[in-house]
Amino acid sequence: MTSLADTAALVAAEPGEEVEGINLLIPADYDIIWSLVVLLIIAVAFYKLVLPKFQAVLDERTEKIQGGLAKAENAQAEAAAALAEYQKQLAEGRAEAARIREEARAEGTAIIAELRAKASDDAARILENAQRQIEAERQQASVALRAEIGTLATELASRIVGESLADSARQSRVIDRFLDELESSTGEVPARAGRPGQEG
Amino acid sequence: MVRPCMVALAPRPRECALTTVATNQLLAATGEEGGGFHPPSIAEFFPASFLFEGTPFEMNRIILVRLVAAAVVVVLFVIAARRAQLVPGRGQNLAEMGLDFVRVNIAEETLGHNARRFLPMLTTIFFAVLFMNLTGVVPFLNIASTSLIGMPIVLALWVYVMYIGVGVRKFGVGGYLKNNLLPPGLPKPLYVLVTPIEALQVFLFRPATLALRLTANMIAGHLILVLCFGATHYFLFEAGGALKIASVFGLVAGLAFTLFEVLVAALQAYIFTLLSAVYLNMAVEEEH
Repeated sequence: MTSLADTAALVAAEPGEEVEGINLLIPADYDIIWSLVVLLIIAVAFYKLVLPKFQAVLDERTEKIQGGLAKAENAQAEAAAALAEYQKQLAEGRAEAARIREEARAEGTAIIAELRAKASDDAARILENAQRQIEAERQQASVALRAEIGTLATELASRIVGESLADSARQSRVIDRFLDELESSTGEVPARAGRPGQEG
Repeated sequence: MVRPCMVALAPRPRECALTTVATNQLLAATGEEGGGFHPPSIAEFFPASFLFEGTPFEMNRIILVRLVAAAVVVVLFVIAARRAQLVPGRGQNLAEMGLDFVRVNIAEETLGHNARRFLPMLTTIFFAVLFMNLTGVVPFLNIASTSLIGMPIVLALWVYVMYIGVGVRKFGVGGYLKNNLLPPGLPKPLYVLVTPIEALQVFLFRPATLALRLTANMIAGHLILVLCFGATHYFLFEAGGALKIASVFGLVAGLAFTLFEVLVAALQAYIFTLLSAVYLNMAVEEEH
């Protein structure tokens, strides 16, 4: 199609002359010139513009990726540091808590001991007070009793005296018994009667 | 050096194709007068010039296609670079994928720590060759702009000057020659054989094969596509009766070869760049 026209043109240019095959391998001067021109254009474009630009983009991309990786590494390191710090604080907190608990327990024990001491003191005091009160009441009773004995003895004597002396044996028995009783009670009474006087 | 050998095997079917095309052309030479079938011909690589004719700046169709390819690659990449951002969009991803392919799979894999130094050169070569190859399958352009030998020669010369230049700068003229022409570890008499071979290799075969491999592949690809679509056209419009059905085969083959040409375009760009990297590496490496 196009080649038809080409051949026609060729035939027109060089009538009757067949192109030698060897001409395919021998460059024409214009062929060389235009090859140089074309190559120069392409080379300049690639050397001056295309390759530097793409190289710059590639470098930038590499840098970005490396920067990103470094950043990620930093972040990881920071996170690890934070975790370590947190764990340290946690351990410290735990130790602190244990210490406080221990202190509280000791304090509690001390308080309990103190309270117990105080309570036992109180109990002792109350007991003493009670004993003292009882003693006082007993003293009082004893004094009252001694006073009453006199009365009773007088009454008894009056009764004995007032009674018939028919039975002398019984009389003597009554007297003996009374004396015994009196003796046994006086044996104690003077000893006891001495104490309130001391405490006075 | 395993890779280039394998690579060297690859174009062989294409060379066969080229010869087939040549015979076709012979066969068709008689048919041209009688019928409408236009066989592919090498004359297609010498279209008439339409600008500055007779000067070194003479411009023909293929040169124009070459300029278009250059404009497209420059504009695409400059736009991608202008819009390049930290977080890439879809277009930038595509551009970066291409640039990464050259950087990682070609430059760094071959040159190691020297990769960065030669990366701009290798990238320029890869994308220049790729886009100029691809014009072979672009409708209305329809010819690979590397199929004119000038472009591959200029590229190969660039690589040639570079690898000799960096080698000499690093080791001095003597050191460079010794490194390349006297491979260590051989019995002395063998150098009589090896040194001339290595000299031819370094100073002639490497640049020559770089240029020829590329241009021959592109020429063959173009001829095959012309053959397929020319046949389709002929069978459909000019052949009679049942022969019209044959146009279907032409079309299918044309489509298949178009896809194949895309593969070849990318593959040749890769091979050219990879070999350039290998040659540069041989020049700067301490020993090989």
